[in-house]
Amino acid sequence: MGIFDKLMKLDRRWVFLLLAVVCVWSYVVPFDIPIRTEPESEAIYSFIDSLPPGDIVFIAIDYDPNNLAELHPMTYAVVEHCWRKELKVIFTALSQNGPGMADQAIRDISDSLLVDKVYNGVEFKGREIIRGKDYCFLGYKPYYALIILGMGQDFRLPFPTDYYGTPLDSVEMMKGVINYDQVACVIDLSGGSITDAWISYGQGRFNFPLALGLTGVMTAQYYPYLGSGQIFGIMGGLLGAAQYEEMADNPGRAKEGMRVQLFAHLVIIFFIVVGNIGYFVTRYRQKKQKEVS
Amino acid sequence: MKRQLPFVLVFIFGLFMMFQYFVPHEISEWIYEFLLDWIVIIGIFALALGLWSLFRVSVDKIKMRKDNWGYSYITLAGLFVMVAFGFTHRVADAWGLYFIWILLSLLCLGSLMQLRAATNSRQKKMYFASALILLILSTLVAVFDDTWRFYFYTAEGLENSMFRAFFDYILLPILSTMFALLAFFIASAAYRAFRARNVLATLLLLAALLVMIRFNPWIQGDEAWASKASNWLMNVPNLAAQRAIVIGIGLGIVATALKVILGIERGYMGKG
Repeated sequence: MGIFDKLMKLDRRWVFLLLAVVCVWSYVVPFDIPIRTEPESEAIYSFIDSLPPGDIVFIAIDYDPNNLAELHPMTYAVVEHCWRKELKVIFTALSQNGPGMADQAIRDISDSLLVDKVYNGVEFKGREIIRGKDYCFLGYKPYYALIILGMGQDFRLPFPTDYYGTPLDSVEMMKGVINYDQVACVIDLSGGSITDAWISYGQGRFNFPLALGLTGVMTAQYYPYLGSGQIFGIMGGLLGAAQYEEMADNPGRAKEGMRVQLFAHLVIIFFIVVGNIGYFVTRYRQKKQKEVS
Repeated sequence: MKRQLPFVLVFIFGLFMMFQYFVPHEISEWIYEFLLDWIVIIGIFALALGLWSLFRVSVDKIKMRKDNWGYSYITLAGLFVMVAFGFTHRVADAWGLYFIWILLSLLCLGSLMQLRAATNSRQKKMYFASALILLILSTLVAVFDDTWRFYFYTAEGLENSMFRAFFDYILLPILSTMFALLAFFIASAAYRAFRARNVLATLLLLAALLVMIRFNPWIQGDEAWASKASNWLMNVPNLAAQRAIVIGIGLGIVATALKVILGIERGYMGKG
């Protein structure tokens, strides 16, 4: 049996093993990879960076733990940027396991903001993030399309209280905040079809600036909305999150994860190329054998 | 009448929702908000139905001793435990007898399942007696330990440490691990199936390779040929195809909605 025949019959456990070794190695060995930003993610960063302190950003955490690896770093990067800029944030979580994700992110980011840090040469003093003053977490309600429509009338319609049971009228930062008209932009971080509802029922009807943070596989699907101006930016997958971290000068999970993703992709490309070489050589030999016989 | 009434209701409300979009009057807005509330309320019944369905399917699996019936106990225990901890206000060390109450309730539930699955009268009597004893014990614990107080959807209930711990340390790692395993299957499937067998397959293969390379930080950027080629792929053929799909879907939705409103499409009645 020649090498190419062996390649064609390679046990898939070897593929698994090589991928596992490469993933573990690239995670354990610390090294930096260059991240170049793209206009789609730059638009989101610039928009948030240009907002004056006190403005409200609406962040929809519409993903489950399945998409944690790609979308959680986006949440961390965007929310930390907002809070360092002293912007206020309204959170919702319209996927079933979203509230847990949002709750975890809020706790972690609040802790990281307690210390002083320097981003892009500017020093930011550490401060305590206060519920109701710096953020309001509305929580989860089923039937996301209806909730998005309802919030367009008044946030109090679908969410009379916040996630923690406080009536919205008693939440300090929500005084005078009725609906999307009072928020600077909506950023939907999503791993599913909720994004379509934000575009059709949210942006389409209420015309607010909308940006998306999506998983890598979803990104290509939403390019038409970028071209038509319905959304002003896209962060695509882990790369999008890493680009945001790069722009915010706040390296975190995404930049760390990019090492693993990069080498996993290279392994997959290697296997595709090797598989095709084996396929063509085997086909050529079979053709030759037929001609001889 | 039984068939006509739903058609009339669908026709009236369908037309109303269609025209309401263009009428920003106070009354129109009020009716619209009222209807949105109704949809959520009706939807909650569907949620209850889903829970009941999960319970029935699991119980039947245990009763019939179908393949992997043992896992149904884990499903039911997971369902019950998450609900039970979501209802309590207890945090930190103030748990008292709550864990014992949960354990007794789970054992009682298990005995009831076994009672349904029992085949002879001796077994039935045994499981009935154990379920009864466990129910009395769990009720006594609940009464004396004040376990019955429900705090769901309050700050106290949602901040209890066990509810968070179940999410952070059980659900989150399980779901993310399941998804992460896909990487291995994608690598294996790409190796076996991604072959340049004909022109279309070759085009697909090249496009996939270019887009994958696009996500490679070492060769992206405006000056790199791979980046230029993949950006062209994303912004021209991909955009054109996606636009066609989106417009097609949109027209399809309009056509289906009109068919439902006019009573041509009656699938929602369960009669095609």
